[in-house]
Amino acid sequence: MRVSETVATAAPPTVDARLREIRRVAIVPALNEEHSIGRVIDELRAFDPGLDVVVVDDGSVDGTSRAAAAAGARVLRLPFNLGIGGAVQTGFRFAFEQDYDVAVRVDGDGQHDPAQLGRVLEPVLRGDADIVVGSRFASGLPSGYRSSRSRRIGIRLLAAIVSRIVGQRVTDTTSGFQALNREGIALFARDYPHDYPEVEATVMVFRHRLRLLEVPVEMRERGGGRSSITALRSIYYMVKVLLAIFVGLFRRDVVPREGSE
Amino acid sequence: MTPLSVSIAGAIASFVLVLVVLELIRSRRLRERYALLWLATGIVLTVLSAWREGLNTIAGWLGVRSYPPAVLFAVGILFILAVLLHYSTVISRLSDQNVLLAQRLALLEQELHEAN
Ligand SMILES: Nc1nc2c(ncn2[C@@H]2O[C@H](COP(=O)(O)OP(=O)(O)OP(=O)(O)O)[C@@H](O)[C@H]2O)c(=O)[nH]1
Ligand SMILES: [Mg+2]
Repeated sequence: MRVSETVATAAPPTVDARLREIRRVAIVPALNEEHSIGRVIDELRAFDPGLDVVVVDDGSVDGTSRAAAAAGARVLRLPFNLGIGGAVQTGFRFAFEQDYDVAVRVDGDGQHDPAQLGRVLEPVLRGDADIVVGSRFASGLPSGYRSSRSRRIGIRLLAAIVSRIVGQRVTDTTSGFQALNREGIALFARDYPHDYPEVEATVMVFRHRLRLLEVPVEMRERGGGRSSITALRSIYYMVKVLLAIFVGLFRRDVVPREGSE
Repeated sequence: MTPLSVSIAGAIASFVLVLVVLELIRSRRLRERYALLWLATGIVLTVLSAWREGLNTIAGWLGVRSYPPAVLFAVGILFILAVLLHYSTVISRLSDQNVLLAQRLALLEQELHEAN
């Protein structure tokens, strides 16, 4: 059952012609982002009016759902907080079941600039990649993205380890700014790590022989709300992610059997 | 000093715990999030069993003179307490969520019924 047909004719001529012909959805995870979610949705619409926007409200205690609905997005409201992995996967399941051809994933905190979606979508539209990741570090130029020293080191370290494992240079394994084709959507709808998913997901993509490409993007400072990444959590993050990656290497059946969550 | 046989048995048993936990993660029967405390338990006990002088020194600090392996039991029990406490919080959260799910389902069914 499809929720609605994309109104292809509504798209102005500035929208990529290849985009106008396909069903496309933006998945926006949001936890207490009532101050930024409206603007994110507006900017997504400005990039492409025919883009269906699905906000996954991950148990917010503020007006995130209301703000998202008011801005014209579809809202999947989770009854309690699932964590970013479970939240995003809800969006992938939706995209899969509603037969979308292409999905983009954009954070609800306004750090990902929808105006750069063209660049992120390009390899998917060209058919060169199943999953494209917007990377803060791919350009090699010093990025405007600022974060704590320990966090940058962590991101670097993970990128180096993942690059070794997958045999392809990846520079930003923690980016949630992504575009996926039908294959990518199907994979993540079926299997997606629970907490801190991006790093493991990257390794998973390669193990399923899907093609992943990075494109350079600029990310903005947080528009409002606050970051979930605290010092103690980042230690847990590193340990959990490294454990998951290394144990995952010894899995033969990379796809879980149905119901073996 | 700890009897050598106790050190060997302790180290093997603790190491087997680590391997079992890793295998459970690999076969997707245990999530990383719930495995970390078990892994810490296994690793700490393995190290304490194998590193005999260390165990002796720690026993000295704690004033355990007669039988250093008692420290192994104490550390093991502490970790098991931590795991149990952690699981109690996990079960509490799960039961809260379960109540919420059941309530949402009931409301949804009612709404669906009304709509038809
Ligand atoms: N932290 C967190 N974010 C969630 C969750 N569910 C959905 N989100 C959304 O996921 C997006 C990313 O979360 P952030 O906390 O900004 O993570 P980040 O962008 O890696 O970190 P910062 O650079 O500090 O902002 C945001 O849009 C959140 O609103 C959750 O359970 N926890
Ligand atoms: Mg953010």
